[in-house]
Amino acid sequence: MSFRRTALVAGVTIASLTLAACGGDGGDDTAAPAPDVAESPEFEPGTAMAEIAEAGTIRVGTKFDQPGFGLENLQGELEGFDVEVAKIIAAELGIAPEDIEWVETPSAVREEVLEGDEVDMVVATYTINEQRDERIDFAGPYYEAGQQIMVAADNDTITGPESFTENPDATVCTVTGSTPSEQIRPYLADPGSQLVLFDEYSQCADALRTGQVDAVTTDNVILLGFVSESDGAFKLVGEQFTEEPYGIGIQQGETAFCEFIHETLRENEDAYVAAWEATAGQVEGTETPELPEFDECD
Amino acid sequence: MDPVLENLDSYVAGFLVSLSIILWSLLGSLLLGLLIAACRVSPVPPLRAFGSFWVTTFRNTPLSVVLFACAFGLPEIGINRSFFFFGVLGLVLYTSAFVSEAVRSGINSVSAGQAEAARSIGLSFGQGLRYVVLPQALRTVVPPLGSVIIAMFKNSAVVGAFGVGGDLWSTGQTLVSARGYETLPIFIGVAIGFLLITLPAGAVLQVIERKVAIAR
Repeated sequence: MSFRRTALVAGVTIASLTLAACGGDGGDDTAAPAPDVAESPEFEPGTAMAEIAEAGTIRVGTKFDQPGFGLENLQGELEGFDVEVAKIIAAELGIAPEDIEWVETPSAVREEVLEGDEVDMVVATYTINEQRDERIDFAGPYYEAGQQIMVAADNDTITGPESFTENPDATVCTVTGSTPSEQIRPYLADPGSQLVLFDEYSQCADALRTGQVDAVTTDNVILLGFVSESDGAFKLVGEQFTEEPYGIGIQQGETAFCEFIHETLRENEDAYVAAWEATAGQVEGTETPELPEFDECD
Repeated sequence: MDPVLENLDSYVAGFLVSLSIILWSLLGSLLLGLLIAACRVSPVPPLRAFGSFWVTTFRNTPLSVVLFACAFGLPEIGINRSFFFFGVLGLVLYTSAFVSEAVRSGINSVSAGQAEAARSIGLSFGQGLRYVVLPQALRTVVPPLGSVIIAMFKNSAVVGAFGVGGDLWSTGQTLVSARGYETLPIFIGVAIGFLLITLPAGAVLQVIERKVAIAR
């Protein structure tokens, strides 16, 4: 019975996202306008760009289960902001969207696939941090998210992360091995009993609905997706209390590739905005981002 | 093995959570398993049917499904307990079916004459089971029961995926994907943690087996 329910929830989630994406312009496609593919671009020999352009295909790591950013829909196609950003970069390398080779990269394997040269880049709600930067390089950030708290609409006791120190009985759910699970720890009186971890955010949302947990925390863009699906059952509380700059992971030492990605994003800001508005921007309450200031490539 | 040593405190915390899952589940599944085994060999047909139903259900359902039903199904019908409780409950329901079968095989190995003799000196079914049959059966049952128990210890890692925060396995998971350590040394550390539980348990079981074994 529970299994059927989950399948149902998953189905409804995907269906509502698809509907949301279709709404407004009455179009039949959820994707952003296809970027113009560069014709036979020239690159300095020996660079990652030259190799990728030569191969005629780019291997991109992304998530397949992150609504708004990288989600595999029922037709088996990928949709989301990360997916569109990858398409913009691929187009500048002369690679059409259908020639991109997508590789599923859940959080735990993102450094490994880059180190093992299984992908050319990872665009997967990938927060830039120092520890990861030691193993791989980041281009970007291309988006600034921030962690926030989601609670049931009738909950008045939890007003922000500080509430967990004051209410040692309150529980908060997030995903195993995620950055949010680490960032919320300092706010908890007893992480052992207050922190509930699952594999997916949808399980956290389920636990919040049945009252098993008091709150769910992760990046605001993901939470907004759940709030808009919940029909008024959930709400966000407090301000965002972290900054999560999403970067594009590339192999260590690919400085030229990093600079190329920066240049590509700067030159395609219109496509970037269009990509947002066709995907994560469909969720009520989100704001269209401007391209953030890039970090140094080194 | 630097990443393991750097995070020794996380490992110890995870180890303790896993250990308490294991001890509660061990207690629960041994008691429940014994009870179900008693049902399965009892002379009362409804009890026998109940025992068979239990074993058939829980032995043939994957552990992850049982845990899922506990963690997500029970709250759905208004039962709200901690995920630690649901995790242990799922593990107990699942393991008890295997414990029951191991115990039943032991009971079957005691010759029917023993039970008949117990009846003939005026013991009831329960008394006969308690004083005559089970003491002999449990001796035979140490090796198969040992395998079931060790399997349960390892299965406790699955509980970490159902909301129980901070057990050994999810500690490793956190170290790898949130804090960016390399997978191999971290999970070797997790494996060592489990070996610290399973190897002594195996040794204890062997001692018990040597002590109580009977030659037939």
